[in-house]
Formats: sequence, structure tokens, C-alpha cells
Amino acid sequence: MGSKRNSVLIVGAGIAGIQAALDLAEMGVEVHLVEDTPTIGGRMPQLDKTFPTNDCSMCILSPKMSECARHPGIQIHILSNLKNVSGKPGRFKCTILERAKYVDPVKCVACGLCEDKCPVKIEDTFDVGLRTRKAISRYFLQSIPAEYTIDKDKCLYLTKGVCRICEKTCEAGAINYEDKDREVELEVGAIILAAGIDPFDPIGFGHFGYHRYPDVVTSLEFERMLSASGPMGGHVVRASNGKEPKKLAFIQCVGSRDEGIDRNYCSSACCMFAIKQSIIAKEHIKDLDSSIFYMDIRAFGKDFDKYYEKAEKQYGVKFKRSKVADIIETPEGKLRLRYTLEKGTTQYEEFDMVVLSIGLQAREANQRLSEDLDIRLNEFGFCRSERFSPLMTSREGVFVCGAMNGPKDIPESVVSASGAVANAVRFLDLERQGLPTADESIPEKNVIGQRPRIGVFVCHCGINIAGVVDVKDVAEYAGTLENVEHTEDVMYACSTDCLDTIKKRIEEHDLNRVVVAACTPRTHEPLFRETINEAGLNPYLFEMANIRDQCSWAHMDQPELATIKSKDLVEMGVAKSRGLQPLERLPIEIDPKALVIGGGLSGMTSALSLADAGHQVYLIEKEDELGGNLRNIFFNFDDKDPQVFLGDLIKKVSRHKMIEVLKGAEIEDISGYIGNYKTSLKAGSGKEGRLLDHGVVIVATGGEEHKTEEYLLGKSSRIVTQVEFERMLHEKDFPAGKLKNVVMIQCVGSREEGRMYCSRICCSKAVKNALELKKVKSKTNVYFAYRDIRTYGFSEKYYTELRDEGTVFLRYTPDSKPVVELIDEDVTDSRARVTVFDPIMDRDVVIDADLVVLATAIDAPEKNEELAKKLKVPLNADGMFLEAHVKLRPVDFATEGVFLCGLAHSPKDMDESQAQAKAAASRALTFLNRKAVLAEGTICQVMTDRCSGCSYCESICAYSAIEVDPEKLVAVVNEALCKGCGACVASCRCGALDLRGFTNQQMYSVFDSLDLVITEKVGD
Amino acid sequence: MDKKYVPRITSFLCKWCSYTGADLAGTSRLQYPTAIIPIKVMCSSRVDPVFILRAFLKGSDGVLLGGCHPGDCHYETGNYHTRRRFAIVKTVFESLGLEAERIRLSWISASEGPKFARVANEFTETIIAMGENPVKKKIFL
Repeated sequence: MGSKRNSVLIVGAGIAGIQAALDLAEMGVEVHLVEDTPTIGGRMPQLDKTFPTNDCSMCILSPKMSECARHPGIQIHILSNLKNVSGKPGRFKCTILERAKYVDPVKCVACGLCEDKCPVKIEDTFDVGLRTRKAISRYFLQSIPAEYTIDKDKCLYLTKGVCRICEKTCEAGAINYEDKDREVELEVGAIILAAGIDPFDPIGFGHFGYHRYPDVVTSLEFERMLSASGPMGGHVVRASNGKEPKKLAFIQCVGSRDEGIDRNYCSSACCMFAIKQSIIAKEHIKDLDSSIFYMDIRAFGKDFDKYYEKAEKQYGVKFKRSKVADIIETPEGKLRLRYTLEKGTTQYEEFDMVVLSIGLQAREANQRLSEDLDIRLNEFGFCRSERFSPLMTSREGVFVCGAMNGPKDIPESVVSASGAVANAVRFLDLERQGLPTADESIPEKNVIGQRPRIGVFVCHCGINIAGVVDVKDVAEYAGTLENVEHTEDVMYACSTDCLDTIKKRIEEHDLNRVVVAACTPRTHEPLFRETINEAGLNPYLFEMANIRDQCSWAHMDQPELATIKSKDLVEMGVAKSRGLQPLERLPIEIDPKALVIGGGLSGMTSALSLADAGHQVYLIEKEDELGGNLRNIFFNFDDKDPQVFLGDLIKKVSRHKMIEVLKGAEIEDISGYIGNYKTSLKAGSGKEGRLLDHGVVIVATGGEEHKTEEYLLGKSSRIVTQVEFERMLHEKDFPAGKLKNVVMIQCVGSREEGRMYCSRICCSKAVKNALELKKVKSKTNVYFAYRDIRTYGFSEKYYTELRDEGTVFLRYTPDSKPVVELIDEDVTDSRARVTVFDPIMDRDVVIDADLVVLATAIDAPEKNEELAKKLKVPLNADGMFLEAHVKLRPVDFATEGVFLCGLAHSPKDMDESQAQAKAAASRALTFLNRKAVLAEGTICQVMTDRCSGCSYCESICAYSAIEVDPEKLVAVVNEALCKGCGACVASCRCGALDLRGFTNQQMYSVFDSLDLVITEKVGD
Repeated sequence: MDKKYVPRITSFLCKWCSYTGADLAGTSRLQYPTAIIPIKVMCSSRVDPVFILRAFLKGSDGVLLGGCHPGDCHYETGNYHTRRRFAIVKTVFESLGLEAERIRLSWISASEGPKFARVANEFTETIIAMGENPVKKKIFL
């Protein structure tokens, strides 16, 4: 074990790479994040909004980006590539090539002066060519690291030996033309590939006129147009005439589902992407008329169908099932679409603007990476993973996540990233982390009861602040304020030498509060807090005044007023700092045991991952047998037998010495909080009750088959569900007689009132079973009655195969559902007559079926509700568990220490369930691998003498962190649960609550410091 | 009215959305009046109605309250409480004969730099048109 390395190399710093890095770093693993571009972030920063919540993409991503940048365990290598890997899993030797940046990242303060002055304009790849940037630039406004880099192929000095303007402009002296590429050798235990995906380039699609007609744009270009921080500031206009488009068309599957160009797969995300853009565009342009031209709408994810409904019903987006033949620009400058409807009729329609919903394709760089690393790619150039091991590559110890092994949306990428981490830890020498040890050589000064002695540092930030605000004047003014013992203006407050100055001044002047007036606390507060802590002050004795982002930059033409405002902001900061108190972050001990609820595929996978990482797991299953729904799955698209896989898994789980399987168990009660849960199991039927102590909970309670009598299910042995049909296929136990016609009816219970969601797996499952049937009964005619075929991702090719086999696909709508009648009502195995209206032939098709197979929906178990209450976690409208954040925290609950996976989250297939189960395990490990975690210091406190025990705060708190003690009748804060939002404080009728670090008194003194009241005496 | 009159608008901005949106307005160099004096709070729900009144009585010409869009609250439900409280504060202002137009609640997400700048500009104009906060003048007899 000792020879294993406790470090991981991650290739690619998009959302998947970032998630994997953060998970690992939280477990105490050293991470090398290797990124090809000059910034981490990947594709997400290019997106304006995300579906199905319309959440702002950058807002949800940027906290993860800065966490990545700040984490001491994560080393970011930008402009770098992994070149070579040798050695064995557990101890790989890697060579990475770091390309020259030509700007010293330590000296650069990202002021941007160099970019202003640089004479070379180049195409801005971030804005997909809609804007230009300079040869020296920051990749985008919020890029991390923030430092500028020079494009050596475009820089005048580096190519022609003339210019050097940036060097002269840079006041920090950060430009270094002598910078060289260098190779870095690293030893790591495992490698995670998260190199991402590329958008399809439609330039070869001449018939759509991309690049020929200015108003034909790709979905990615359109996304940048919609973005408020994009090149058009969120104001969509036609490139041809600068006017707002009134009529907009989206063309789906451009570069997807197209055998002709070797793209016989579905890009999975573009349908939702187009729906999102049509909604957002409508919000930008009120009377916009949008149409989506599509083959099938694949809204298969959690809450996607509701979003699709919303677009159609609420936003009036028109969905046109058709195939677009070509686009021609009319003399009036309109774009005329020629398209063919299902019926075969050709239509024409004119639009102002056309968005091509381009597909996702494997990155070209995959080829080189696969050669350098010796890993296999699939037929489409994606990294190849086998079934039942969705996150593994062909090389041991090298894992894959994100869209690199197949198109994925954001949450799926996040899930796969955490999942890959769970795989990687097996090759690491994980050690349970203690609390971050305070440097004992610097004892913390006791400042309680001391008069405030405040030091104020006002930053020039080069000319970013000083160019507008009279910094010296502000610093002088600060000196006149009460309790300010020291004041100083500094060039760059965040530079290493200035941080040393701050520490020195604390010493010299015996300061006990520090105020820095500079940029924004969002990015820099942690750095300054750390600094004062190094000088022996509690980190909470720090306050920041934002005189750059919210002053000098916003009032560039009003230097005098900006100076006055800066003084006000400093004065307010000083006022608030007087009331700052040292705060303690209480340690919460973590019991390293886990409880996994549900013994199906997901639960067993999670349990095994945790147990392999050395943690005791209680796996509880309500039935007397492990396996869950997987017991009913007998086929896959290839030869691997799911039952063999299940058998192995059960064996591994049952024999694992760290897993205790509790079958036939029922939960009585769950209490406690992160690190300290107690679960009691019911006694009964010969079983004794049990009380389990554990630190975390994973919910893997699965799903159930929808029970229905629709389509005469149960009235004849020839009308069965897909699950029953699969067993029939497996046991070769078909109904007596010839099997001439088989009708498969899709969406039974799904996508309709009361169950407005897609059950996701039924289309692929039906296609799979139909192909199996064809294997044994090649002469059987198979008919599909469907609404949209949703064989997303690589399942598409099996759908194509089935079509090629001659299967008849009949589309129905909810208003014209198929009708099933028994041919002979007197027998129990009556054949059925199925009538489906076929829109292609425009008439009813009547089939006498020997077998009718119904794809029944996946339901949330009714018992979810009971469990949700016990765990204090939410369910969505469909009764499925609701994760903390749809996009970025797909396996976490808002309640810390509780995770979810598998069908408990939403319908999904085996590989997806496994990936999510591993992700849940990995997220749980970030806690289990610590002896304790620190609670936040800025939390609520109760002044018990004022509390009346009215329990109003209890009803306000979203985290159940405050409760009234039933005996003492006063509110008690659970410091482990409190997040410090202050909602309860503002609602307390007795003034008994206060928020540490933001106390009422502090807040009052802040606005009292700006006392603007004019006292006038009237009379004499 | 003096042309150079710069009102003071005490602006409570939640750390996760509006404060970040205000930063983005700055990073994008969108210009708005210096009247906006930001105060960072963890969540808009931290803003006790008393804060609004106190800032107002202490002479602020306007009070702006910025939070995450409904449904986006970092603390799940905080901004719903804010919304309800704000509605009540408006009523209280009206009942007391104070000018309720001097207080404003805006949902500004972390990506809405332009919206922050727009709100800042609009609100400042409104306040300038209304003139100084009459409560500012304490009158002794």
C-alpha cells in the first residue's frame, strides 16, 4: 500500500475535471489539473443559461472555479498537455508539457492595460469569432487563473521582433518574452481523463448556407448572442441588417443522427438546448415567433418534458416534425426554409434568422491522446468504455468522465466526474484527514475586550483604482476615523510583498482589526483572511471595502464623486470592523460509517465503492433478496449478460468484510446530522430492532414499474409489459402458436397528466428487446406505436438497425392513442386488435397482434415520502428525490451528509445508475475521509434571555438548524446545520437572534456611519 | 434643485447574486451613478425591515434591496421571505405617510451586470426626481 501515490492527474478542466479535482482535493488527495487552454472552466462559461431551470451558467460555475484555484491541494497547469504515461496504476509516471505564457503569473495583476494597448487583434475563440481579442489577453472576463497570456503565434514581438508595447505598459513588470515551454514530471496514483467534446462544424453543410448567409448561425454562436456578457450584450440582432429578428427557426440534428457523415449517434443535449434558447430568446424579444424543426424531441432527463411543455404552451414555441432540405436567401434578405413534413409534402417558410442546433463530436485531440496514453476509442472517436464499467478506459488506472466518452449534459458530466473519482481512489493511498492544522508557531492573539485598533490599507490596483479615485486622499481620510491606528496606500494589496507589509503593520501597531479597500471580497477575502491569520489574528477580524469593482470601474468619468464614495465605503468598512469578533469554526466529528438505503444496482455499487475505500457500510434492503430491478434485466445491446454481472456484484457485496447487509429491513427513524446520524430499524418477524450509528446516508431506493390497466393490460396473457416480455424472451416462453405480429406501445403512463416526465429507458429497452426478438423469430413483424423515439447517445444506432430490419414505426399523439381490443373475449390468451392512426399514411392501421408489449412508466415508490420526511430532504412533484442543485450538485442533498443515486433520483439505465452510485459514494467519501469538518463561523446565535420560544424561526429555517427546546422553551441553534443566511435573525420578534459577523449592531453602525441627517434649529 | 445633487441610496446586496452582479457590472465597465452605496449581506433575507427603516431615517434618499431571482436563492427560500417582508415594509411606509417609491426590491442574478447597472441608473433617476429624503431634516423647536 505504501508504494501507492496519493495524487491524481486530471486531463481537462471543464466542469467534469473541476468536479473531480474538488472531490479528490476534499479527500486530501493532491491533484494536478492539466488544461489545454489558458483557463479552467471548459464549455460552461460560454453558456448563457442552463436547462431546465434557466439558471445562469457562469454564476453556478464560478464559485467552483475559484474554489479550485484556491484549494491548496489542487495545482492548475494551464496551457498544458499530458504527453506520456509510464509505470503502473498506483504509481504512474507522467510527463506534461507546459507551454510558455510569456507573462509572469505571480507579477500579473490582471489589470488589462496591456490588452488595451496591444496592437494585434485576433479572433476571440471564446466568443466563437463574434468578437476580437488581442494577442495578449485574458481568455474571458472571469477566467481563472486571471493572469494574461500571450499568443505566441500572433504577438508582433515574438513573431517579428518588433513592438514590446505590453512590456512598456505593464506597471507590474510581468511581461517575460524569454519564457520557455517546459516539461514537468509527475508521479500519480491514477489518471482521470475529462478532455471534453467539440461542437460540430456545419461549414460542410452547404445546403444550410452557414457562413454564406449571415443570419444562419450555430447554436453556440446564438448562445453567445443571448449572453448578457457576450459580444452583443444579450441583444440579439441579425448580422445582415442589425435589426431584431421577428421570426426564428431552429434546425435540429445538424451533425447528429446522420449516417451519411458517420454520426449515427444522438448528441443528447441539443433538443433541450434549442428549447432553452427558444425560451430565452422569447424573453429577450417579446413578439418573437420561434419554430423548432425536428425529428424527435428528446427531452428524456429529469424535468425535461415539463420544460418542453412550457416552451410549447407558455411561450408558444412551434414544434415542427419535419426534415429541412435547404435554406435559400430571398432577394428581400429573408431565409426561406424548404422542408418535408412526415406526410411527405414539401413546404416553404421564411425566417429572419436560423439557428443550426449543432451536434457534439469527439475532439480531434482524442486521437493523439489515445496513442500517447494507449487507450482505445470507439467508432466515433470518443473514449471507449465498456458496458457495466461506464467510467473506465481500456487502460487500468486511467478513468474517463464528462462528455469525452459520449455526449452528456452538465449534470451527467458532474455525476461521471464524481464517479470516476470513486474509481480512482482504489489506486490511491487514502489517509483519513484531520482538521487542517493551525500553524502552532503563530498563536492566535486574544483580542476580546480590547479596544479596536484598526489598520486600513487602500489599494491603487495599478491604475485600476488610482486612475479614478484619489487613493492617497482616501487613505488619509481613513486615518481621521475613530479607532484607526494605521493607514496606508499600497500599489497592489494582494501582491506577496504587500501581504508581508500587512503582517508587519499588525505587529508594529498591535492592530486587532484589518480593513482592506481594494477589489471584491468575493475573490480576495480568503487571501487577506489567511494573511491576517498568519499574523496571529482570527481570520474573521477582517473586512473589505469594494472600491474597484463597485466604485472606480463603475464611475470612471466621475473621479471626485468616486473618491467621495470610496471614503464612504471605507468608513462603512471601518464601522463594521469595530464590531467584528473572533469567531470559532466548531469541529464536527465524522463517524466514518455509511448507511446505504436500497440494495439494488445503485445501492450495491455505492456500498462497494465505500467499502473498498475502507469504510464500514450498512446496506439495508426492504426485500429479502438483493438486486432490485436488475433481477428483471436479461439482455443488453451486446453479449454481456446482466445476470452474470448481478451475480458477481451480489457475491462481492455479501462477502465484503466491510459491508453488513441487512435484508428485509425497515427504517423506524433517522435522526442526527452530518457525521452523526442514528438510524433505528424496526423489529418484527423474528428480527430484532437495531440502532445504527453512521456519518452519512446514501438514498438508493430505486423505482417501481407503473401499475396500470390501460391497453387492457391483465386482460389477456398476450398483453404484457416490457419487463414481462424480457423475461419471456429470456425463458423463450412465448405464447402458443405463431408469433406473426408483435406491437410495442411506448409511453404507457409516461409523458401525460399526472406523470409529466419521460421514463427515459423505455425506448432503448423496447428497441433492445425487439432486436432480441428478431434474433430468435426473424419472421415476426414488429410494430412500434410511439410518440418520440428517444434512443439518445450511442443507442441511436440500434434504433437505425431496427428500422433497417423493417420494423414499422407508427407515431401517435396523446389525443389519438392506439386502441387495443380483445379479439376473443372468452379466452384468457386472446389475441388483440390494435388500431393506430398513422400520420404518414393519414389513416388508421389495424394490426391483429399475437403479442402486445407495453412500455410502462417508471414510478417513484410511494414510500419515498416517508423516507423524505425522516431525512428532512425534499421530493419533486413526481415523488422523486430532489437533489441540492439540478446542474452542479446532482447527487447531493441540500442537507449535508445525505446523498442520492439511481432511480431514486430519476429514471436511468444501468450504466447511468452505476455512474451515479459511484458519484454518491465519492461525494460521501469527501466527508468520510475526514475525522472532522469545520462548521462555518458566521452563524446564528441565540440570546436566550430574550427568546420567548415562539418557534417562528423554526418555520423560517430551510435547514432545520434552529429548534425550540421543548423543556427550556428557548431556541437552540444546531451549529452543524446552520448556514448563516440570517433569515431567522431578521424574523425574530424578540430580537433574540443575531448573526455572528453580521450582527444587528454592526449593520446599524454601518449605515449610521453615513449619518446624513441635517439638524436644523428653527426659531430662537 | 442643485444639479450636482447626488442622492444616497443604501443598497443591500446578497452575496451570492446581486453583489456578484454588481461586481460584474464593474468588470464590464458599465457606468452608473455613485449614489449607489453597496452593503453586502449573506442573503437578502438577512435584511431586517428595521434596517430599511433605520437607513431611511438616517437620511438615505433611497434603499435598494437586491436578491437572487425567486427560486434561485442560495439558501433555498430566503428571497421568498424577503419578498413577503418587502411587501409589508412598502405598506408600512405608505401607512406612515413615507414615500414608498424610495424603496425598491430587485432580483439581480450573478450574471446580470447590465441589469444591475440599469436598476442603479433608473432608481437613481427616480430618487433625483423625488428630491432629497424629507425625513433627512430633523427639526428642533
